[in-house]
Amino acid sequence: MTAPRSWNRLPRVAPDAVHALTQRSAGVPDSLPRPLLAYGSGRSYGDVCLTEQGTLLLTRGLDRFIEFDPQRGVLRCESGVTLAEILALVVPQGWFLPSTPGTRLATVGGAVANDVHGKNHHAVGSFGHHVRALEVWRSDGSVIVCRPEDDNGWFSATIGGLGLTGLIRWVELQLMPIQNPWMWVESQRFANLDEFWALNRRAEARWPYTVAWIDCLAKGKAQGRGILLAGQHAASQAEFPAFKEGGKRIPVDPPFSLVNGLSLRAFNTLYYRQSVKPQGTLTHYVPYFYPLDAIQDWNRIYGRRGFYQYQCVIPPREAEAATAALLDTIARRGEGSFLAVLKTFGTKPSLGMLSFPRPGTTLALDFPNRGNKTLRLLEELDAIVREAGGTLYPGKDARMPASLFQSGYPQWEAFSDYIDPGFSSRFWQRVTS
Amino acid sequence: MNSLNRVILFGATSAIAEQTARQLVAQGASLYCVGRNRDKLMALIDDLKVRASDQQQIDGCVADLTDSDQHARLIDAGERALGGIDGVLIAHGTLPDQQACQADVDKTRQEIETNALSVISLLTLLANRLEQQQHGVIAVISSVAGDRGRQSNYVYGAAKGMVTLFLQGLRNRLAKASVDVVTIKPGFVDTPMTAELDKGGPLWAKPEQIATGIIKAMQKGKGEVYLPWFWWGIMLIIKHIPEAIFKRMSL
Ligand SMILES: Cc1cc2nc3c(=O)[nH]c(=O)nc-3n(C[C@H](O)[C@H](O)[C@H](O)COP(=O)(O)OP(=O)(O)OC[C@H]3O[C@@H](n4cnc5c(N)ncnc54)[C@H](O)[C@@H]3O)c2cc1C
Repeated sequence: MTAPRSWNRLPRVAPDAVHALTQRSAGVPDSLPRPLLAYGSGRSYGDVCLTEQGTLLLTRGLDRFIEFDPQRGVLRCESGVTLAEILALVVPQGWFLPSTPGTRLATVGGAVANDVHGKNHHAVGSFGHHVRALEVWRSDGSVIVCRPEDDNGWFSATIGGLGLTGLIRWVELQLMPIQNPWMWVESQRFANLDEFWALNRRAEARWPYTVAWIDCLAKGKAQGRGILLAGQHAASQAEFPAFKEGGKRIPVDPPFSLVNGLSLRAFNTLYYRQSVKPQGTLTHYVPYFYPLDAIQDWNRIYGRRGFYQYQCVIPPREAEAATAALLDTIARRGEGSFLAVLKTFGTKPSLGMLSFPRPGTTLALDFPNRGNKTLRLLEELDAIVREAGGTLYPGKDARMPASLFQSGYPQWEAFSDYIDPGFSSRFWQRVTS
Repeated sequence: MNSLNRVILFGATSAIAEQTARQLVAQGASLYCVGRNRDKLMALIDDLKVRASDQQQIDGCVADLTDSDQHARLIDAGERALGGIDGVLIAHGTLPDQQACQADVDKTRQEIETNALSVISLLTLLANRLEQQQHGVIAVISSVAGDRGRQSNYVYGAAKGMVTLFLQGLRNRLAKASVDVVTIKPGFVDTPMTAELDKGGPLWAKPEQIATGIIKAMQKGKGEVYLPWFWWGIMLIIKHIPEAIFKRMSL
């Protein structure tokens, strides 16, 4: 059996054993080597969902709904249910996930363990803010049900707890009402970073969802040019356009990355020049929230060597200068990524001890793995992030130095008390050793 | 086309039956689910209830199907809960340890009891009932293993072979009563039952795929179906290898 991988296909490590869970009430056989670690859909980039020792517990078989109250929008389900499966159930009944990442293939357990955020963080916080309760199975056989109002720390350790407090077996979510599956979306071009900051401030005040795509290869006056998308759930209306999902996929692993300086420059320029719709347009929620899911296995375009994702958050005071410095460095190296994603987080404090979202600006980029050359560039970016008092997203990291993690997550030692002694991950070993 | 509005599932918590149940519910069916393990069955029923609309009935009960004294009562309970029976899927079974069976005839007997005799008991009762009502469809998950005995799992193969042959006769008999009898022969399916085997290669199918095939076959009232279809070709070859050669092969 080939070892499960994470989405960026890096690092390539294999556990001693892989065990597929299918029953939430069953434990994990004692005969399986420890430590344990849950693996949902492997939509993380990096090693939070990987281990080199012990057993990886595949949770996708825990895919049952437990209870749904369509009047109040409260759903309880097993942790291996994907966000797509939830949406298929609840959207026709007038409910939506209050917070969703850019892939609907993530599982609920994975969304909790990374305390994922969406384009509406400034309005509603992150995934953990909408969890009403969850159940954790510990390797000593005990079971803990945690709720946000508990004051014993288990809830805040498990939200954003990177799968280390034990196996999450079910989660209860508070959903958000919607009137239909459609989004009203306005797009606007901005010529540089300065324009972005102004535009973004106005957009965030008026819209629940905002995100910007920027051309990270543009230099000089054009630095930080891009397109801002602002959206909201559409009000009811008599008629909606037709919508049909297509199924494109990347069928093979190219031996080398199809992402290179030339293809990037062409793509980014074309993207920037696309027609924008400042008057707004109706878009179905699927392509709006999950544009990348439309191309199955898109991670293959980076070739067999995989790629690194780099997602940082910079505190508000330093955000403008540090973002400019990051883009300078990337453009100078010509190493960029397909479109970088730029967004500001709101001020709602995260509930998790190790949650990534916090007030400030977050920038996310992909870099094809070109070995040391890429690692050196990422270290340069680290220096800027560190200087600005920022940090990186564990769910999208395969390489950050322990010091950067520890400075960015000051509660990491307090969190250690909640780790299940029978659980560990390659990520945790890397950032705490 | 057979309608599948009210369906009883025996062995409802098996991976294939569970996927079949989800797809049937998505198509608007009411279901009565029988399973052996209480926790698994309750998890299944809760899940189906969430997926179903208020108009659909989802119910079930825990039972060990090797106890055939209970069969009549189970069928009654299902019929009562659903207000009638349009279709039945029999999906329970175990994958025996061939080596252990070779060493112990009691084990062999037990496997034949679970995989063949308990099925035949249910079929006998169901056939009489559906024959009387003059409509409906009975589907049973048999196996490609029942097409030819092989050294690696002939106890399982013999039990499934018995079921396959029994169903042939039943199909013949019930045709006059407009009751369809469907024999499902899945190949390798990626389920907990086969968790210990290596799943490499293109022959392994997902339970969802098999479930879709089962529902289609039940609706169309097909006779014997291989799932996925290509097993038809594979088994055609395997069945036609002359015995003199076959007995020397290690299959
Ligand atoms: C195209 C794309 C877009 C994305 N966009 C965003 C975004 O906008 N915002 C964002 O925040 N993230 C985003 N992500 C990252 C993704 O949402 C997270 O990595 C998410 O956690 C993946 O969920 P998963 O089920 O695949 O979990 P995995 O990657 O398999 O695991 C993630 C972590 O969760 C733990 N875990 C999983 N299940 C359980 C369980 N049952 N019990 C305990 N621990 C468990 C694992 O141990 C691991 O630590 C994106 C990813 C992709 C591929």
